[in-house]
Amino acid sequence: MRISRRILAGLATASLAVTATSCGGGGTSGSFDDTVTVGILHSLSGTMAISESTLVDTEKMAIEEINAAGGVTVGGKSYKIEYIVEDGASDWPTFAEKSKKLIDQDGVPVVFGGWTSASRKAMLPVYESKDAFLYYPIQYEAQECSNNIFYTGATPNQQSEPATDFMYKRSPAAGGDFFLVGSDYVFPRTSNTITKAQVKQLGGKVVGEDYLPLGNTEVAPIISKIKKALPEGGIIINTLNGDQNVAFFKQIQDAGITPSSGYYVMNYSIAEEEISTIGPEFLEGHYGAWNYMMSIDTPASKKFAKSFKKRWGADRVVADPQESAYNMVYLWKQAVEEAGTFDDNEVRKALIGQKFDAPQGPVEVMPNHHLSQTVRIGEINAEGGFTILEETGVVLPQAWNQKHPSSKGFACDWTDPSKGEKYKL
Amino acid sequence: MELLLDSLFNGVAIGSVLLVAALGLAIVFGLMGVINLAHGELMMLGAYTTYVTQLIFKLPILKPFYNSYIIVSIFLAFIVSGVVGILLEKTIIRKLYGSPLETLLATWGVSLILQQFVRSVPLAYGTGLVISLIIGLFLPTTFPPKIKESINFKYFKFSSWILAALTGVLTGSVISSTVSKLSRASARNVDVTAPSWMRGQVEILGTAFPKTRLMIIVITLISVVAITLFLNQSAWGMRIRAVTQNRQMSDCLGISTEKVDIITFGIGSGLAGVAGVAVSLLGSVGPNVGGNYIVGCFMVVVLGGVGNLLGTVLASFGIGIMTDLIGAGRLLSIWPDMPLTLSNTINFFATTSMARVMIFALIVIFLQFKPTGLFPQKGRMVEN
Repeated sequence: MRISRRILAGLATASLAVTATSCGGGGTSGSFDDTVTVGILHSLSGTMAISESTLVDTEKMAIEEINAAGGVTVGGKSYKIEYIVEDGASDWPTFAEKSKKLIDQDGVPVVFGGWTSASRKAMLPVYESKDAFLYYPIQYEAQECSNNIFYTGATPNQQSEPATDFMYKRSPAAGGDFFLVGSDYVFPRTSNTITKAQVKQLGGKVVGEDYLPLGNTEVAPIISKIKKALPEGGIIINTLNGDQNVAFFKQIQDAGITPSSGYYVMNYSIAEEEISTIGPEFLEGHYGAWNYMMSIDTPASKKFAKSFKKRWGADRVVADPQESAYNMVYLWKQAVEEAGTFDDNEVRKALIGQKFDAPQGPVEVMPNHHLSQTVRIGEINAEGGFTILEETGVVLPQAWNQKHPSSKGFACDWTDPSKGEKYKL
Repeated sequence: MELLLDSLFNGVAIGSVLLVAALGLAIVFGLMGVINLAHGELMMLGAYTTYVTQLIFKLPILKPFYNSYIIVSIFLAFIVSGVVGILLEKTIIRKLYGSPLETLLATWGVSLILQQFVRSVPLAYGTGLVISLIIGLFLPTTFPPKIKESINFKYFKFSSWILAALTGVLTGSVISSTVSKLSRASARNVDVTAPSWMRGQVEILGTAFPKTRLMIIVITLISVVAITLFLNQSAWGMRIRAVTQNRQMSDCLGISTEKVDIITFGIGSGLAGVAGVAVSLLGSVGPNVGGNYIVGCFMVVVLGGVGNLLGTVLASFGIGIMTDLIGAGRLLSIWPDMPLTLSNTINFFATTSMARVMIFALIVIFLQFKPTGLFPQKGRMVEN
């Protein structure tokens, strides 16, 4: 199956190239002076394959779009982008090993890859020791700022902070107490530490928190704790991962913890893809916070969704992680063109300050290797999408969170050698 | 009172999931001594059977009976997992009796194969394959004794396998052309939605209980009662107990130990399938669903005392009630004004992760004092 799909994809790319050549009357489209090979490194097998393969599809689409528009122009020469896809196999040491292979053996100038924080933490030492460059597209817990990684997903102040603010001030449960639920690993625990500090600042109360060990789907004790802590309803912040959401939402609905009885769940890991897996009937009336939502009503957003469906099938959806993956390929191309070389160190300098009209709206690369982005709060509707309720202006990224006790008062700036990874504000 | 009822119900609810999952293992591991690491994957097959049944009941012909699909899938899951278990016994485990380490490795391998199987084979053809297995394994046993004893029986057997293969391919392609969701292989988790009569809550004595949980408790109760009756009242149950106690002696007295092994393993595997139906009601159905339960199952069987069903029952309810007591911090609400240090300790363990750690620790301590579990087997073991 997998082989035939890969062949099909190859054929599709080939046919695309052929069409480009045949209709390439003017300009450079179709005829390239040279090629450049980039690395794509996500899990194509194992538990993370379902999520990460959507990123591979998006990155391939972005590369095909760039090639169809004439490729990358460096020093007056046009380069066709080619890619090598490696499988991280949902196994963190494999990510590090494949990174080494892509850098040393294939000599790629850039790697687009990763999803889980664990995979990024495994890859980080490789990129730092070889002074190579990784583009990482997922919303994460921040508290990290490497000179060798470019983060295009949201930091907590670009997702959870505006969401907590919304829940406490303007949601139907405004002023209510908070209960925090998450899977037991680094992202939920860090995110909840920030949320607790923020709720305290807002004058609210966190009445309970619980973490489900990864793979465990027995949520009965959590449900009884929620009922005890929030007898009259309230706000639940959910950072559960993957399948655990299915168990959680199925069982809380059976236990009567629903929006109609005053319980509102704000989710940080549920996008359009997950809504269709869990089933909108379990999620309707709860909330999500993202930078990109498929229901954004702008030409750029519609074009992104339409091209993706055209390329990969009408039943496919696009979501925030995919949009980040799409943006990072384009930002890399722009930076390379500005630098006039594929050399890492030059591209890194040129990258900062790059602007791009992303499907979510304008984004810009900040000196801390993160993106300034727009934050949106949406209510999940019966059709399996988000009804967008609010939109912030452009929010600057904080690599070191200003509400987390361990990083308060610190920032990151790679344009100034005296500041670097972590300096005191 | 309400608190006590709520806590007891939660404990029983958690315990019954553990019990239904461990019941099959209690038979396979407890009575036969086979360490079957593929037990979780047999559960997974049961969960996928529920999913396939659900989709088939959405077809126009069966639509009027849609609400009863969950009952039908309990029986189907028992058959599917049971047949796969029998195949496993006939091809692999039979050759490895008496060598636990090899059995452990072989069944672990089987579990990986089964996981990858549901990822990369379209479920429609998976169903076809199971149907052909059922026909191929059982058709020859229905022939009259005259044919069975004849010298040409192997040809009959062979032709029934051909018939089985044809039926399998036929059903596979019929299902894949009528139910589009089953026609493509996918590693994506799928979802079983309980019929409307099983969703929501019922109120008993002023406390609301989720209906799916009650259903799981009922499934568990029926399974336990049925298996106890089978082992203690039926002729085959007696033979199974006899073989468990003294294999050689039973063999001498004319009990076909080979048949007993097949039946025991088949029933144990079938019960895993029933457990799969139960867990599919709680969460999503995916290739890894069984793996999440396997450690808990072994824990229950070891704690209860190998080879003792009553021990398994008590152990799983014990673990369930302890999980709820520790994990939800119940002691605090029973005794609100306890000393601060004690209440801090209880709060520290009142999360799902820490409750798990605590329960494992308690079990380890318990097994230090009673290494053979709650109800150790009495009398001399003959294996030595």
